[in-house]
Amino acid sequence: MHYAFHFNVVWEHWRELVEGAWLTIRLSAMAMGIGLLAATACAYAKTTGPAAVRWAIAAYIEAIRNTPFLVQVFIIYFSLPATGLSLDANQAALVAMVVNFAAYGAEILRSGLESIGRGQIDAARALGLTRYQVFRHVMLFPAIKVAYPALASQFILLMLGSSVVSAISAVELTAVANSLQSTTFRPFEFYFASMALYLGMALGFRALFTGVYWVTFVRPRLTRPAV
Amino acid sequence: MSRTFGAEELLFVVAAVRWTLLLSVVAITAGALVGFAIALLRTMPNRFVRFAAAGYIQFFQGTPVLLQLFVFYYGAAAVLGLQIEAWPAVTLAFTLYSGAFLGEIWRGSIEAIPRTQWEAAACLSLTYSQQLRYVILPQAMRIAIPPTVGFLVQLIKNTSIAAIIGFVELTRAGQLMVNVTFQPMIVYPLVAALYFALCWPLSLASHFLETRIDTRLGIAGRL
Repeated sequence: MHYAFHFNVVWEHWRELVEGAWLTIRLSAMAMGIGLLAATACAYAKTTGPAAVRWAIAAYIEAIRNTPFLVQVFIIYFSLPATGLSLDANQAALVAMVVNFAAYGAEILRSGLESIGRGQIDAARALGLTRYQVFRHVMLFPAIKVAYPALASQFILLMLGSSVVSAISAVELTAVANSLQSTTFRPFEFYFASMALYLGMALGFRALFTGVYWVTFVRPRLTRPAV
Repeated sequence: MSRTFGAEELLFVVAAVRWTLLLSVVAITAGALVGFAIALLRTMPNRFVRFAAAGYIQFFQGTPVLLQLFVFYYGAAAVLGLQIEAWPAVTLAFTLYSGAFLGEIWRGSIEAIPRTQWEAAACLSLTYSQQLRYVILPQAMRIAIPPTVGFLVQLIKNTSIAAIIGFVELTRAGQLMVNVTFQPMIVYPLVAALYFALCWPLSLASHFLETRIDTRLGIAGRL
């Protein structure tokens, strides 16, 4: 052991690390926002669409869930340009994250949709609501409530998993830590500091999601008079 | 002049499946030992022990796998002042990573067994290890199998991250072939297909076992 820790180097570069963390959060939040819309569309089509559509969406979900995220990133960044669709590293990272999150999100939402009692849907149809109206007004909110905890953990997995997009030199926290350690020759300090940031972000988002769950799903029940 | 992607290159990529498999098998086997210890510590009466095990799990579940690899590979090399080979660093990192996830899965399985089973076993004057060995674990194991198989899928996929530090397995073999053939359009989809061939049967098995336990109500449901 002749390695002396110099964590003061980390303090000198804290601003870059925090900026990296902010990039990771922004990238993950954007991917989740777009991914959730795509996931909702997929879950909707998979539960109500024609057989061919259902089959195609099932194939997409299985393909994504049974291949590594890193390989998905490589396909989008390195393979797609051959078809004429060229993306820069940051765009490719975002697209890969959306494609990945949408598949997991669709599966989570589908299980939420399937948890809704048949009677609820029949009742809504009997009131003359269209299929879309039933989905939008009767099924979606309870399905999100059931799916919410799994979606929240999926977001944290997405955020932690996003560190591998540094491999295609997309800019986020791991890439920042990597470039800092290579200029300062302090690998352990910077990797450890960025791990601490990821851990803080994971715990922070978990707390935030629990809070949002309480405000959205628990408190209205407490304040609203019993029917 | 670049090489064309022919039979030799195809064979190189396909043969690299064995490194992915070997790494996954070693990590899940050694990780099972760590995970078993963690699961037991997590369910022990002693609060301090439980807290320490929870911290271990939180660390590995709350940080990216890539950074765990960096710390074990570059970080440990710098701290210990010796060049560590990729194999031991990667295997150790994935073992500890698997240990954390398996520990958490198996903790859930042990806790799913009703308290009364422990109490009944204690009434028969079985010791803690006997309660565990003869009453709790045989039941908990059945609940634990589907999510454990599910985790194996996650592990196989995540071993691809070892490619980033230059460890040659399936993904890295694909990268190497792309570097010499300039055919990412063929190679990466092939790599993805090979992972799919490994993972999909396991996903199906996990799902099948899960529904079978559900329909039979499982051991916990019958109690």
